[in-house]
Amino acid sequence: MSNALAAPPEEIAAIEVTRKGGTMRLVFTGTWTIHQEKLPSAAVVRKEFSEGTPPVVLSFDLSAVKNFDSSLVTYLLKCYDLCHVTQTRFDLDSLPDGARKLLKLATAVPETTDARGGGQRRHGLFAWVGGESLEVVDEAKEIFQFIGECTIATFRFFTGRARYRWSDVWLYMQQCGSDALPIVSLISFLVGVILAYVGSITLRQYGGMIFIANLVGLAMVREMGALMSGIIMSGRTGAAFAAQLGTMKVSEETAALRTLGLSPAEFLVLPRMIALFVMFPLLTLYADFIGILGGLLVGLSMDLSYDQFMNQLMNAVDLTNFSVGMIKSFVFGLIVAVTGCLRGMQCGNSSAAVGLATTRAVVSSITCMIIADAIFAVIFNTLNM
Amino acid sequence: MPAADAPPHISVRDLTMAYGSFVVMHDLNFEIKRGEVFVIMGGSGCGKSTLLRHLIGLQRPAKGKVFYDNEDFTDAPEEKRLKMLQKFGVMYQGGALWSSLTLAENVALPLEEFTDLKESTVRDIVSLKLALVGLRGFEEFYPAEISGGMCKRASLARAMALDPEILFFDEPSAGLDPVSARRLDELILQLRDSLGTTVVVVTHELASIFAIADRAIFLDVSTRTTGGLGDPKDMRLHSPNENLRIFLNRGVAGVTAALDPATGAAPLPA
Repeated sequence: MSNALAAPPEEIAAIEVTRKGGTMRLVFTGTWTIHQEKLPSAAVVRKEFSEGTPPVVLSFDLSAVKNFDSSLVTYLLKCYDLCHVTQTRFDLDSLPDGARKLLKLATAVPETTDARGGGQRRHGLFAWVGGESLEVVDEAKEIFQFIGECTIATFRFFTGRARYRWSDVWLYMQQCGSDALPIVSLISFLVGVILAYVGSITLRQYGGMIFIANLVGLAMVREMGALMSGIIMSGRTGAAFAAQLGTMKVSEETAALRTLGLSPAEFLVLPRMIALFVMFPLLTLYADFIGILGGLLVGLSMDLSYDQFMNQLMNAVDLTNFSVGMIKSFVFGLIVAVTGCLRGMQCGNSSAAVGLATTRAVVSSITCMIIADAIFAVIFNTLNM
Repeated sequence: MPAADAPPHISVRDLTMAYGSFVVMHDLNFEIKRGEVFVIMGGSGCGKSTLLRHLIGLQRPAKGKVFYDNEDFTDAPEEKRLKMLQKFGVMYQGGALWSSLTLAENVALPLEEFTDLKESTVRDIVSLKLALVGLRGFEEFYPAEISGGMCKRASLARAMALDPEILFFDEPSAGLDPVSARRLDELILQLRDSLGTTVVVVTHELASIFAIADRAIFLDVSTRTTGGLGDPKDMRLHSPNENLRIFLNRGVAGVTAALDPATGAAPLPA
């Protein structure tokens, strides 16, 4: 038994079907355990049932079976179901005690057909399209309700009636602001370096290396500073918000707030939005600075002088360019905070749902930011900014 | 014990609970008197916790209403609803303590938000509430640092923070050892006796039901409505509903068999 490969022939599970008038007899031999390499399939019996008239009685001979476990009972259950269809009498008494008891247990409760939830499987293309459309409507409702709740919370914040804790705001400011400085430094420095090198390929051909300052300065201040901070923040802070709120929902902590009469939108979402809305532009400013520093270092390595670079930069980047980046950063901050909190509050009631909420927070915030960025590009172009 | 002719503290009228088109329970009608220990019982998945969520306003009824002191809670305007909510204390199944706050901060939060007490007074009240549930000295622990049973007791301390008129318990003894469960039962009775609190408990623990319940409602999953309403000790023997008798006798339908302690039926308290 310990080595299935070397099982002697008399231990191999086998079945033999004999038929005498209306009685079909199944003779089982060998060892019937789930560790057996090969177990007979029920097709043999099914074939016997379908060919010619089904038997009146199905009986069993298990006297030659050495050892059995649930694999034998599974086989018997299949036979039982066949008998049920053809109205054949299933001879329980010919089974050994253990197998009979297990089989009785398995057939005691009839198969549930109207089980809640699981029973509502959808079939067909139209049903699927309909179901998906209804879900889109539900999702839209949830989003509008959340935005509405946030708007009310913001309104109450400005009228001084919102219930939240300032200590939370400071904590989140630290978490999404100063704690993010190392990663923001690294990424924006490297982005500055990359921009400078990419630009130098073309600029060198025209002998206009000095324009690296224009390129890096404009790209960082108008575009990359805000966008890179946004992507870092959505992965770092937006995901964290979704996970925190989702977990609080799973463990009924948000329900506990509600029954105290505290609105989760005010108590949980508002401090996070305030923190990110304040910290995001500051981070963007910092990212701009570090990115330009990266470009400067590349410029210096390519025989530009510090004074040349800074003069060129000051001429290229004016307040208009700077304000373009800043306007974006406020909007991006809001997008990361709202999507993170929204996905967290939408979270279902399991640990898998928390993971899903986190993923969705990151995906939706990055998508929304890129869309917003494209809209900004058109608007600023039209306004000649 | 409450006076027989006192007006009901909580009344539920024609309540139907549903998730979308799936009706969990329909046409529930019952009243809970002031100072009563009322148990909501039934098999797993019958909608006990859902009923509790309806009572505390976390879910809206598909039909029907919930009244507190004969005042409409279901359709109350926001301001009034918030006032009514502060008369509740809820102990959730898993404790639901705010995990980013210490036990003391958890209990203090309702006091800070809804009273104008001085900080030192709040601290004293918090210590008292934690002491009442046997957690003196655990003020500075975070929920993740204590056991599940302690979390539940801390959750009770938080539920009691504002001295509520009604305490709701969702499966208080689930996951507790028999001794802790019994201690919690005794605590519930003491709170009722000393503060006159109305207590609503969701449970399927027979020992608890017989030990604490003045009255109980049985949610019958086969008919999806009330299967029995009254004193569980009485219903155990005389209820016309067979499902209820089976439930209260731990799966044994016959009355005589149930009286035999050898069957494993929960013994009646002396």
